[in-house]
Amino acid sequence: MSAWIDIAALEDIPLRGARVVKTRAGCVAVFRTAADDVFALDNACPHKQGPLAEGIVHGSAVTCPLHNWVISLETGLVQGADEGQVTTYPARIEDGRILLDAAFLAARKVA
Amino acid sequence: MTQNIIVIGAGMATGRALEHLFDAGADVNVTLFNAEPRGNYNRIMLSPVLAGDKTYEEIVTHDADWYGTNGVTCRFGERVTTINRAAKTVTAENGDVLPYDKLIFGTGSDPFMIPLPGHDLEGVIAYRDLEDTERMMSLGPDNKVVVIGGGLLGLEAAAGMAARGVDVTVVHIMGHLMERQLDEAAGYLLRKALVDKGITVMCQANSKEILGEDGKVRALKLDDGTELPCDLLVMAVGIRPNVALAKAAGLAVGRGIHVDDQMITSDENILAVGECVEHDGAVFGLVAPLYDQAKVVAQTLMGEDAAFVQKELSTKLKVTGCDLFSAGDFADGEGREDIVFRDPGRGVYRRLVIEGDKVIGAVMYGDTADSNWFFGLIRDKTDIAEMRETLIFGPAYQGGTPMDPLAAVAALPRDAEICGCNGICKGTIQDAIADGATDLGAVRAVTKASGSCGTCTGLVEQVLAVTLGDDFVLPTAQPICGCTDLTHEDVRRMIKSQELKSMAAVWQECAWKTVDGCHVCRPALNYYLIADWPLEYLDDPQSRFINERKHANIQKDGTFSVVPRMWGGITNANELRAIADAADKYNVPTVKVTGGQRIDLLGVRGEDLPSIWADLNAAGMVSGHAYSKGLRTVKTCVGTDHCRFGTQDSTGLGIRLEKALWGSWTPHKVKLGVSGCPRNCAEATCKDVGIVCVDSGFQVGIGGAAGMDLKEIEPLAQVPSEAEAVELTIAVIQLYRENAKYLDRIYKFMAKVGLDWIREQVFDNVENRKALIARFDLSQSVYQKDPWAEHAQEQADTYQPVANLTLEAAE
Ligand code: SRM
Ligand SMILES: Cc1cc2nc3c(=O)[nH]c(=O)nc-3n(C[C@H](O)[C@H](O)[C@H](O)COP(=O)(O)OP(=O)(O)OC[C@H]3O[C@@H](n4cnc5c(N)ncnc54)[C@H](O)[C@@H]3O)c2cc1C
Ligand code: SF4
Ligand code: FES
Repeated sequence: MSAWIDIAALEDIPLRGARVVKTRAGCVAVFRTAADDVFALDNACPHKQGPLAEGIVHGSAVTCPLHNWVISLETGLVQGADEGQVTTYPARIEDGRILLDAAFLAARKVA
Repeated sequence: MTQNIIVIGAGMATGRALEHLFDAGADVNVTLFNAEPRGNYNRIMLSPVLAGDKTYEEIVTHDADWYGTNGVTCRFGERVTTINRAAKTVTAENGDVLPYDKLIFGTGSDPFMIPLPGHDLEGVIAYRDLEDTERMMSLGPDNKVVVIGGGLLGLEAAAGMAARGVDVTVVHIMGHLMERQLDEAAGYLLRKALVDKGITVMCQANSKEILGEDGKVRALKLDDGTELPCDLLVMAVGIRPNVALAKAAGLAVGRGIHVDDQMITSDENILAVGECVEHDGAVFGLVAPLYDQAKVVAQTLMGEDAAFVQKELSTKLKVTGCDLFSAGDFADGEGREDIVFRDPGRGVYRRLVIEGDKVIGAVMYGDTADSNWFFGLIRDKTDIAEMRETLIFGPAYQGGTPMDPLAAVAALPRDAEICGCNGICKGTIQDAIADGATDLGAVRAVTKASGSCGTCTGLVEQVLAVTLGDDFVLPTAQPICGCTDLTHEDVRRMIKSQELKSMAAVWQECAWKTVDGCHVCRPALNYYLIADWPLEYLDDPQSRFINERKHANIQKDGTFSVVPRMWGGITNANELRAIADAADKYNVPTVKVTGGQRIDLLGVRGEDLPSIWADLNAAGMVSGHAYSKGLRTVKTCVGTDHCRFGTQDSTGLGIRLEKALWGSWTPHKVKLGVSGCPRNCAEATCKDVGIVCVDSGFQVGIGGAAGMDLKEIEPLAQVPSEAEAVELTIAVIQLYRENAKYLDRIYKFMAKVGLDWIREQVFDNVENRKALIARFDLSQSVYQKDPWAEHAQEQADTYQPVANLTLEAAE
C-alpha cells in the first residue's frame, strides 16, 4: 500500500503554475493546471536540465523556460519533434491538500 | 411481519424511497421525522419559487392525503435528538422514545457558513430551505443584497432576486464563475449574461468581514478594503453532509455517513440515503444519484438484491437566459484531446473532451439543445471515431457517411446565420458570390459579412470554398500561433473594438482553438490586455516568461542575475557599497559591468532573490528591469556637467526620462540613449529612442537597434526644450505600446506603420500627443512600482520550495 505525504494546500500553487519540493535527491516540480489537476515531475528538462517549475503551464503541458521544449505533465514525454522523458511521480488532491506518494522518495534515492 | 421503520428527514431522497416502498406494496409502518415544519417538497424548485415562476404549493411533492393513504405518521417540525442502537430506539425532541426495526437516515446537508467575523449577525442567511427563500422574496427594488459564492446555488439566488429588482452583487473568490462545472470561456459568457441582467459580479474577491449595525448586517468588507453595503447577505459557498446525529450514535462517518452498495451503514439495522451519505469516497449534491440511492434503499428494505452504482453527472443552471451545461470530466490530460467550437457572434461555446475515441466530458454555453445527446455519448461510452470530424456540430450532422468540416458548411441551410454581427446568412453570401464576389474582400464589401468583429472570416471563406470549389484558394495570413487563425493585428483590433478585458474573453470572442492558449500566445495576450486596459485587467504572472514572473534573468544553470537600476548610469559610494555587501552576503560568483551602464550580479540562487532585493531596496535601489519587455536602460554621457563639448544636460535628461518611463511594459524591450553632443558617446543613435543634444535643442530619433539587426535611428523631430523632448519620447512609446505587435522592437513597428504616420501622431497633432501622454500616465499609475519591493514584502515565501522533504525518513 502506498503512503501519501501531505506537502501543501492546493492554493499554495498558483493556477497554471508550479512550486518545487525539495528532496534528498534534488527538486521535484509540482504543477497545478487550469483544471485544478496536480502533477509531480523531476524539476529538470531532458534537454539541458532547465528548471521546469519556472516554465509556462498550458493545457496539461509545461514549456521549459530555457529553450521552449514542451513537456507533457501526465507522461513526462517531450512533445513535438524533440525527444526525451522526465520522470513523473504520483500526486493527487484530497480535501484541498496536495499529496505525493511516499514511495517516490525511496525510488528517487535508488535512482 | 410488518417492519417498523423510522425515517429521519423528509427530504428529496427519503420521499423518493418511501414512494418506491409503497408502490411495491411493502409491508411497513413508517414514522417520518422532519426538522423543517413541513413534509416533502421539491427543494430544487425553490429557485423558480424565488424567481416568482412557481409558488410553494406547486412544489410540494407529498401532501397530507398521500401520508394518510400510506399510513405515514408525520412528525414535522420535530427533530430526532438521540439514537440508542443497542435498544433500537430513537428519542424525539419532546422526549418521546420510539422503537424501530429499521432506521433510515435522510438528514441531507447543512449549508457551510464561512466563519467570518459577523457571520452570526441578523440578516446573514444561507440558501437551503423555504425560510431562506421567503426571506429573499421579501426584498424589493430598494434593497441591496450581497451573495457570497458564484456557484450553482449562489447564482440562482442572485438571478432570482435580480428578477425582483433587487440590487445584487455576487462575490466569488475564484477567477471565474462556477469553476467546478465550467471552464474559463464558459464562465466568461455566463458572467456576461448575468451582468446583462443587472447583477454585479466580482471574481477573485476575498471576503474579510461582515459589518453590522445594531446586530444587523450592514455591509460586506473585502480584504482589499472595499465595502459592499447590503440589507441581506446570502452565503452560498457549499454544503457539508449533516452527520452530527449519526456520529453521536457511533456510526462510521467520514465526510458523510459511510454506506455500502446496499446503502447500509456500519449498523446493519440503519440505512442512509441522500446528501448525508458517503459512498466509495464520494459525497453527493445533485438529485440524480440520490434517486438511484432511494431505489436501492427501498429494495434493500424489501430484501431484494440491489446495488448503488455511481454514474456520470451533468449540471444545468436554472436561470433564464443562461443556457449552460456541463458533464463528465473536462480536465486536460495526456491522450485527451479537445474539440472546441466557438461562435462569438451568437455567444456559443462548446467543448468536448475526447479520450480514446470516447467523449468523456462536455461543456456548453449558449446553445445546449444537443446536451442530452452529448451526455448520452459520455454515459454510454459511445465510440465516436466515425463521426469525429463533425461531432461538435451535434446530432443533426451525423449522417451515415463521415463528413468533413467543409461538408458541414455545405450542409448548412441557406438561412443559417454566418456573420452574427451583421446578421448575414449563408444564402446572402452565396448570392453575392454568384454575382461575382469571388474573394473574401469582395464578399465583405458587398454583404458586410465578416466586416465587423471578423471572427466569422473562416466560415465565410469556407462558404466561398464550398461554392466556388477548386477556384478558391484559402488565403494564409500568419496567425499568432496554432491556437488561433487570427494575426497579432487582428487580435489587438478585437481587444480594443470589442472591449475584451480578460484572457477568457479573448479566447472566446476570437475563437481560440485551444482551451487556455500556449507559451507563445499567452505572453502576447497578457501584454495586449495590460496595455489596453491598465485599470480593468489584472496582470497574469502565469502568462509571463519566467524572467518577468520572477523579476530576474534566468541563467543556464537555473540561477538568476540581479541588476539594480542606476538612473542614467549615475551611482554613488553608498549604492556601490550595498552592491558589494550583497555580492559577499549571497556568494555572488560574478559581478559584471553591463553594456547598459550598470552592474549585474550573476548567479544568485532563486531562493535568495527576495532577501537580496530587500537589501538593495534598503540602500534605495529598485529593480533595473534587465529582464523585461519594458524600459531597460537610459544610457547617458557626462554632458554639460563635466565635458568641454557638452551642449545640454544629457545626464539630467537621461535620468528624467528613466524616472518617467521605468516600470512600463512594452511590446519588446525599450532602450534609450542621450548624448550631450553629436560625438555621441552614449551611442544614442542605435537606441530605440535616441536623443542627441545640440546647441539649439534636442534631436529626437527613433528606431535604432544594435542587436540582431543594426539600425541607425531616423530623425523624428527637433525640439527646443527638454520638457518637449520628454513629452515626445513618452508619446512615441505610448503609441508603440498601443499599436505594435508583441516582440516587435520600435524599428520593426516603424517599418510597418511608417515614420511619417508616427510623426503625425506624436508631433504634428498636439492634441493626440497630449492624449497619448495621459494614457501613459494612467498606465504608470498602476504599473510604475518596484516589483522587487513588492515581492520581497508580500510574496517572499513563493520563492521558497513549497515543501522540504529532505528530512523525511526515506526507507
Ligand atoms: C547583461 C547584458 C550583457 C552584458 O554583460 O553587458 C545583456 C545580457 C543579455 N542580453 Fe543583451 N545584454 C546587455 C546589453 C545589450 C545591448 C547593449 C545595450 O543595451 O546598449 C544590446 C544591443 C542593443 C540593442 O538591444 O539593440 C543587447 C542585445 C540583445 C538582444 C538582441 C535584441 C534585438 O532586438 O536584436 C537580445 C535578444 C532578445 O532580447 O531577444 C539580448 C538578450 C540578452 C539576454 C537577456 C539573453 C537572455 O534572454 O537570457 C542576456 C541575459 C544574460 C544573463 O544571463 O543575464 N540582448 N543586449 C547587457 C545588459 C544591459 C543592461 O544593463 O540591462
Ligand atoms: C435552492 C436549491 C436548488 C437546487 N437545485 C438543484 C438542481 O437544479 N439540480 C439538482 O440535482 N439538485 C439541486 N439542488 C440540490 C438538491 O435539492 C439536494 O441534492 C437534495 O434536496 C438533497 O436531498 P436529501 O434528501 O439528501 O436532503 P434534503 O432534501 O435536504 O432533506 C433533508 C431533510 O432532513 C431534515 N433533517 C436534518 N436533520 C434532522 C433531524 N435530526 N431530525 C429530523 N429531520 C432532520 C432537514 O430539515 C431536511 O428537511 C438544489 C438545492 C437547493 C437548496
Ligand atoms: S551576446 Fe549573447 S551570449 Fe552574450 S549576453 Fe547577449 S545573449 Fe548572452
Ligand atoms: S533545458 Fe529545457 S529546453 Fe533546453
